[in-house]
Amino acid sequence: MATETGTPTPPEAPSEQDADAAGRGRGLRIGGIRITWKVGLSLAVIVAVAFLLVRAGGGQVRFETRVFRDPDVLFDVEFMLAYVPDFLRALFVTTQATVGGFALALVVGMFLALLRRSRLRIVRWPTTFLIEFVRSTPLLVQLFFLFYGLPRIGWIPEPLRVWSSLTTLILAIGLHYGTYCSEAYRAGIDSVPKGQWEAATSLSLGAATTWTNVILPQAIPNVLPALGNFLIAAYKDAPLGASINVTGVLFFATTTASRTFGPIELYTLIGLGFLAVSLPSAYLLRRLERRIGYERT
Amino acid sequence: MSAPEAHATSDGPGTNGATDTQAVRMRKVSKAFGENVVLRELDLDVAPGERVVIIGPSGSGKTTILRTIMTLERPDSGTIEVGGRHLYHEQKEDGQLKPAREKHIRSVRSNVGMVFQHFNLFPHLSALENIALAPVKVHGHSRDEANEAALALLDKVGLRAHANHTPGQLSGGQKQRVAIARSLATNPEVMLFDEVTSALDPELVGDVLEVLRDIAAEGSTTMMLVTHEMGFARESADRLVMFDGGQILEEGVPAEILSDPQHDRTKSFLRAVLEH
Repeated sequence: MATETGTPTPPEAPSEQDADAAGRGRGLRIGGIRITWKVGLSLAVIVAVAFLLVRAGGGQVRFETRVFRDPDVLFDVEFMLAYVPDFLRALFVTTQATVGGFALALVVGMFLALLRRSRLRIVRWPTTFLIEFVRSTPLLVQLFFLFYGLPRIGWIPEPLRVWSSLTTLILAIGLHYGTYCSEAYRAGIDSVPKGQWEAATSLSLGAATTWTNVILPQAIPNVLPALGNFLIAAYKDAPLGASINVTGVLFFATTTASRTFGPIELYTLIGLGFLAVSLPSAYLLRRLERRIGYERT
Repeated sequence: MSAPEAHATSDGPGTNGATDTQAVRMRKVSKAFGENVVLRELDLDVAPGERVVIIGPSGSGKTTILRTIMTLERPDSGTIEVGGRHLYHEQKEDGQLKPAREKHIRSVRSNVGMVFQHFNLFPHLSALENIALAPVKVHGHSRDEANEAALALLDKVGLRAHANHTPGQLSGGQKQRVAIARSLATNPEVMLFDEVTSALDPELVGDVLEVLRDIAAEGSTTMMLVTHEMGFARESADRLVMFDGGQILEEGVPAEILSDPQHDRTKSFLRAVLEH
């Protein structure tokens, strides 16, 4: 949901203050967001990792490397590096699950947030129950339920109850984090002052216009930091998919480690892999928070 | 919101004989917040193009009058007509009134605009975008058309150079002038001004009053203002209404009421306001 900071400029709009605002710090401006070298670098790292992952390929992942560690050293770096290509394939799967699941969560969360605001109790109460239920049970249990339990519920049509491992993981992350996102959206919507709704009424704006042009553009920037934290949390939860045989990073590390007796190197490798993605993301998130804090003052 | 009977024939206390269609016609409008009754069977008529200033002690419900006309508060009972059409009711075949559907309320309400004490500008949009939003989204104007009209309105309120500024970059007085322009952009027949200068620093009040005087001087827009600006009331209003205890205490030509108030409560209120 873009906040339309970079809308078309009217024919005449000169002023020194505008020049001030634009000249506040160096860097390229895209859609009202300044791109400094640090932001550029963080984005570049994320894009590079994504590129490597795509190169490494996804889908049916097979870990084909057959290298064994030198039993005489404590930490065999060569052995660890030999498994980087396999690791990247696994990371691609984990990232797929995270990105897919979280995209679903953003949409599910918005629907849940709006349903929970419904005027009808018959809509509001079940929604609240669903949110509380999903939020209060562990993701791992939900995964097991969706993967092992759901296919046994006979009266549900088969295409709706039997899912592949990866799809199940994406659905579980989407639902689980969707409930978290819905609470964030709700807080964001509640944070928009009542006067904004009244102004919309006084201009006779319709419900759709009020939501998309007035309320959400103000609510969503406020919750972006929270959503970003959920994204990073979802990324760290995605390896749980190993429990239902999603060939992500944890699956890769446990299966390979048991075969090669090299747990230290392999778990270190996936730890470093997580850092490589989480740190730049966390940095961008902090910047975002500061930027929003700045704009609100 | 129960008003089974129409009071369409009862005579209102309006000073302009109620022969023509009134811009606003309130009949027996009551509103309470819990125990606190703020409107007590209020009757009020405002003629098209008339400028009415409503005064009264704080907490007396002046603002609630405006808010019921803007549909921000629903009256507990009574009827309100805007431009001859019932706001909260629809007339059945037999002339009886029934509670209106939202669609009807929206349609009648679109003839009313309101400016708020705390501006309520959209902080994420520029001054220009604030003004052009409703014309584009509600009235189906093209963006170019709306932007041009918005610039003309900004010109009118003396802020053309600030078209691209967001509310955060404007002073209180500038914000309020943008808010007035935003309301004017939808061409409402009735404009409601709710203490529009109360939140401003004293030195910024003048510019806003000047804009109000301009609108008043054009004479085409019906204006209802809740304000403590007695100077404005004296010069620019057609009628001054003293409101207290949920009802109108007295009303008339502003200069007469200001110099010779009849009611004790009006006297003490004016003394307090003018001494201040």
